[in-house]
Amino acid sequence: MAEARALITLSKVTKVYRIGDIEVQALRGLDLRIDEGEFVAIMGASGSGKSTLMNLIGCLDTPTTGSYVLDEIDVAELGDDELALIRNRRIGFVFQSFNLIPRSTALHNVEMPLIYAGDTTQREERAMLALDMVGLADRANHQPSELSGGQQQRVAIARALITEPAIVLADEPTGNLDSESSLEIMRLLARLNGEGRTIVLITHEPDIAAFASRVVRLRDGHIVRDQRQVPHEPEADDPIAELPSEAVR
Amino acid sequence: MSVFEALRLAWQGLMGNRLRSGLTMLGILIGVGAVILLVAVGNGASVQVQAQVAALGSNIVYIYPSSTRAAGGVSQGFGSGTTLTQADVTSLNNQAQAPHIVTAIPVTQASGNMTWQNQNWFAQTTGSTADFPEVRAYTMATGSFFTPADVQSNSKVVVVGKTVVDSLFQGQDPVGQQIKINRQTFTVIGTFASKGSAALGNQDNVAVVPITTAWAYLTGGRGKNITQIIIEAPDPGSVTAAEQEATTILLNNHQVADPANPDFTMQSQQDILSATSSVTGTLTVLLGAIAAISLVVGGIGIMNIMLVTVTERTREIGIRKAIGARRRDILLQFLIESMVLSGLGGLLGIAVGWIVSAQISAIKIGSNALPPPVVSIPSVLLAFGVSVGIGLFFGIYPANRAAGLHPIEALRYE
Repeated sequence: MAEARALITLSKVTKVYRIGDIEVQALRGLDLRIDEGEFVAIMGASGSGKSTLMNLIGCLDTPTTGSYVLDEIDVAELGDDELALIRNRRIGFVFQSFNLIPRSTALHNVEMPLIYAGDTTQREERAMLALDMVGLADRANHQPSELSGGQQQRVAIARALITEPAIVLADEPTGNLDSESSLEIMRLLARLNGEGRTIVLITHEPDIAAFASRVVRLRDGHIVRDQRQVPHEPEADDPIAELPSEAVR
Repeated sequence: MSVFEALRLAWQGLMGNRLRSGLTMLGILIGVGAVILLVAVGNGASVQVQAQVAALGSNIVYIYPSSTRAAGGVSQGFGSGTTLTQADVTSLNNQAQAPHIVTAIPVTQASGNMTWQNQNWFAQTTGSTADFPEVRAYTMATGSFFTPADVQSNSKVVVVGKTVVDSLFQGQDPVGQQIKINRQTFTVIGTFASKGSAALGNQDNVAVVPITTAWAYLTGGRGKNITQIIIEAPDPGSVTAAEQEATTILLNNHQVADPANPDFTMQSQQDILSATSSVTGTLTVLLGAIAAISLVVGGIGIMNIMLVTVTERTREIGIRKAIGARRRDILLQFLIESMVLSGLGGLLGIAVGWIVSAQISAIKIGSNALPPPVVSIPSVLLAFGVSVGIGLFFGIYPANRAAGLHPIEALRYE
């Protein structure tokens, strides 16, 4: 099999926060490579550094030391505006709390990244297409408050896809959803991966991570396990799925 | 992001909270409306006063005798002198000596009670020559003015103003009627058309007789006293030249040794005009300044609301930054939002100020109405510009605060 193209290459990445006088080492020399077309789940308990890692991968923050190459661009040294451009063009965000703009229609939310990209060609048509892809074309003129959680998250996924980003970065995308909507969202992400999109999923739930083809486990700012797996849907009667996720670990 | 997109975002932001946007706009609306209205009222007063002054004739100069000093230097007060003479009038009318003086007329004043049948009325009776209507810009309503022949022959004829006609004759045609002034019988030969001014004394409450008649029958043994000479220049631009010529002639006639201390004083309508203009101008500035305070208060209201909005929408700002909004996109969005808020408030304020200005002269305070306000276009443009500027000025701090938010912290904000 030919070597797949590397989309994300993190080498010896550290991140240090200062909270008052105390220095917190969130990441301690982390190496990670994610190839095009992968579906990677990053798992870890709170405090393991997975939120920090997600902020770095999402170009919301820059590493203290080490390098980060995203889609052949070294982003470690970029300024705020250049990072904004990278976030706009190369990364599609899906958040735990959906993070749609309130009092704006689904359609307007989806076309928002195009506005900041200064891209005016057929903006509405493309936004409609993206909404259609997540099965919400008939909800285009609804405001987020008029949509269910699962529908809001699908609008967020449409928004993440509109600029044709290199990666979709999903941070606990099912954390605020019931199990049925969670399944729906994970199936959608799995389908997008099947169509060739690279997806990085942050979660602490094993049955969510089960959809991914590779699971990376973090603890105390290090990668402690990195294994490939056959993606599968958790079985409905799996007793683990019924337990609160905190108890699993 | 284009300005059009930013405008659209700003509009969405404002429409998202209509009540709050409306109330904030109200602050600017009242401020701008107040500026427009009060400046219009000040202008209206100014225009009215200037019209009244102009109605007196803007190219004439009054010459008064200086106050006399009795032995021991006690001043006898303004107008107590008797230094002006018929010879002065003749010299001033000499075109060779005074080319910028069209006409000079002597005036003497006598107060007296007038009676007609069982009616009586008090008006200042003025003695002058046949040139009086031309110099003082009176036109005849009915009848005619007296002639130089009447002046020559001490005719007991009188011409009266509108107020006298209304008060004494109760609206009947007075021409040909006999009236008594200080128990002397006069024949009314004409009436003046109304000059319609009030602020500088009633120009219609007058009765004019030939000056010789006044001397003979009304001024009561004060001889041929001239209380003032009125000279007329050909146009307002020649008033200064006319004043200089008159000064030269009178200094010479009266053989005044010290030109710095003449025995007469002059006052032109333009002096009065500039004095009243400066008073009404100060009034306008004062009213405008009071209104401008409310504009500033409105601006602070905008800043306050924008700060609340930025705090409230911290999460939204985080989302926008996460999906690629740059610092200046956020800055522009909130700046335009505050400018739309203030600019719209300003436009509504202009409309309200204009409408109220048009209606306010209908409101009577006692028997007096405000002079009709005159909305000045520069004040409208200035008020609108200032209101948008206020949006810009008071919007910079909140918008900058929004643009400076860190995306991670903004996203985490609950």
